[in-house]
Amino acid sequence: MPSSPIRVILPGLLRDLAGGVGEIEVTDPAPLTVADVLDRAFSVHRILEGKVRDEQGRIRQHVKVFVNGEDATRTAGTATAVPAGARVHIVNAISGG
Amino acid sequence: MTETVVAIGTRKGLWLARSADRERWSMEGPHFVMSEVAAVAIDTREGRSGILAGVKSWHWGPTVQVSEDAGRTWTESAERAVAFPPNTGATLERVWQLTLDPNDAAVVWAGVEPHALFRSEDRGSSYQLVRGLWEHPHRPQWEPGGGGGAVHTILPQAGDPERLIVAMSAGGVYRSGDAGASWAPSNPGIRAPYLPENEYPEFGQCVHKVARGAGEGELFAQSHKGVYRSGDDGATWQSIADGLPTDFGFTILAHPRRAGVVWVVPVTDDRERFPPRAQLQVQRSDDAGATWRMQADGLPAGSYTCVLRDAAALDTADPVGLYVGTRNGDVFASSDEGQSFTRIATQLPDVLVVRAARLP
Repeated sequence: MPSSPIRVILPGLLRDLAGGVGEIEVTDPAPLTVADVLDRAFSVHRILEGKVRDEQGRIRQHVKVFVNGEDATRTAGTATAVPAGARVHIVNAISGG
Repeated sequence: MTETVVAIGTRKGLWLARSADRERWSMEGPHFVMSEVAAVAIDTREGRSGILAGVKSWHWGPTVQVSEDAGRTWTESAERAVAFPPNTGATLERVWQLTLDPNDAAVVWAGVEPHALFRSEDRGSSYQLVRGLWEHPHRPQWEPGGGGGAVHTILPQAGDPERLIVAMSAGGVYRSGDAGASWAPSNPGIRAPYLPENEYPEFGQCVHKVARGAGEGELFAQSHKGVYRSGDDGATWQSIADGLPTDFGFTILAHPRRAGVVWVVPVTDDRERFPPRAQLQVQRSDDAGATWRMQADGLPAGSYTCVLRDAAALDTADPVGLYVGTRNGDVFASSDEGQSFTRIATQLPDVLVVRAARLP
């Protein structure tokens, strides 16, 4: 039986760059980390990769990734495990002036 | 009908002013709302109406946006436009400078933070690191200036694609004679009075901006406490600060056709970054810096603003147009080489870069 897809939920500006797509589904039978999920989600919409992660693969300073409501940067970062059926929210931090 | 466009990059977006006669202006924008636009180039090579913009989103990072229709529509590469290779361990902070190569209409140079130079061969869509500068043994000793550590000036030599000059804060001037493969510092005569022992180091000067003059081998530089001219393509530098109200400032502009004609925008001091006597002004020399005169007709008194290194520009019309943007969001335009100015924009975010050109 296939595992439930992981839903990657994009904020407004990234939706515009992804042609209006608000969610990207990732389906993979193997255990996935946040890095794996982003790799798969951005394999189609390549432009999102440079917006969320820098060229060394780190999530940008003012971007947060939540897994089922938990801030991944406060746990294992991009190595955080993502269970089947999880909701992965990409959020721009509340900052600036 | 030709049109003059003035691109105004600010802390929170890009505005474009347009005029058929350089007297009446229309304003459009902002493009890239809430993103910092620190670098702009207007590409009229081969009859184009292109505009390139170095854009940095606080959240989503830096990129280069390209317009081929004078700023009406924009695209960016789906892959990273400018990125450090993985083995450098570096990450791009900001594109500080975009310079069009005069020898190859496909080539665009990008000066970035951290201190590095990139080269595009596809009219500015994608860029490759210039390893010769990145691997220079001096690089670990280049310090960040107040705005960050970046290559902020790129000066290709028209007619000789092997010769290239860059300047950085704080690293000074470097020259290449082999198209960027190797680089040597070139700061003889540029004083660094803020250093404790040797005021004339081989490199490390906080050179704020360098402009190429119309004379053979002529360059002008505004440094951190110093204004200089070189007559030998940057091999040596001589002070031309005598006669100016102050030797401090950020920007410098050179007439595109008349040798020895140069403008600076003086700032009182590095401890007092306001116009001298609170009069916003440019200072012009027609004799390669031997004498200076103030041009301030139409510029405000009682002004405590500042003009940053790339926030002033010339167009190439005759007479030359001069444009100055301020940190409090005003842009002033002169269509008579600085004799008089009119305010063409106000209440914008702080202006980081101004570029002007006549479009076909």
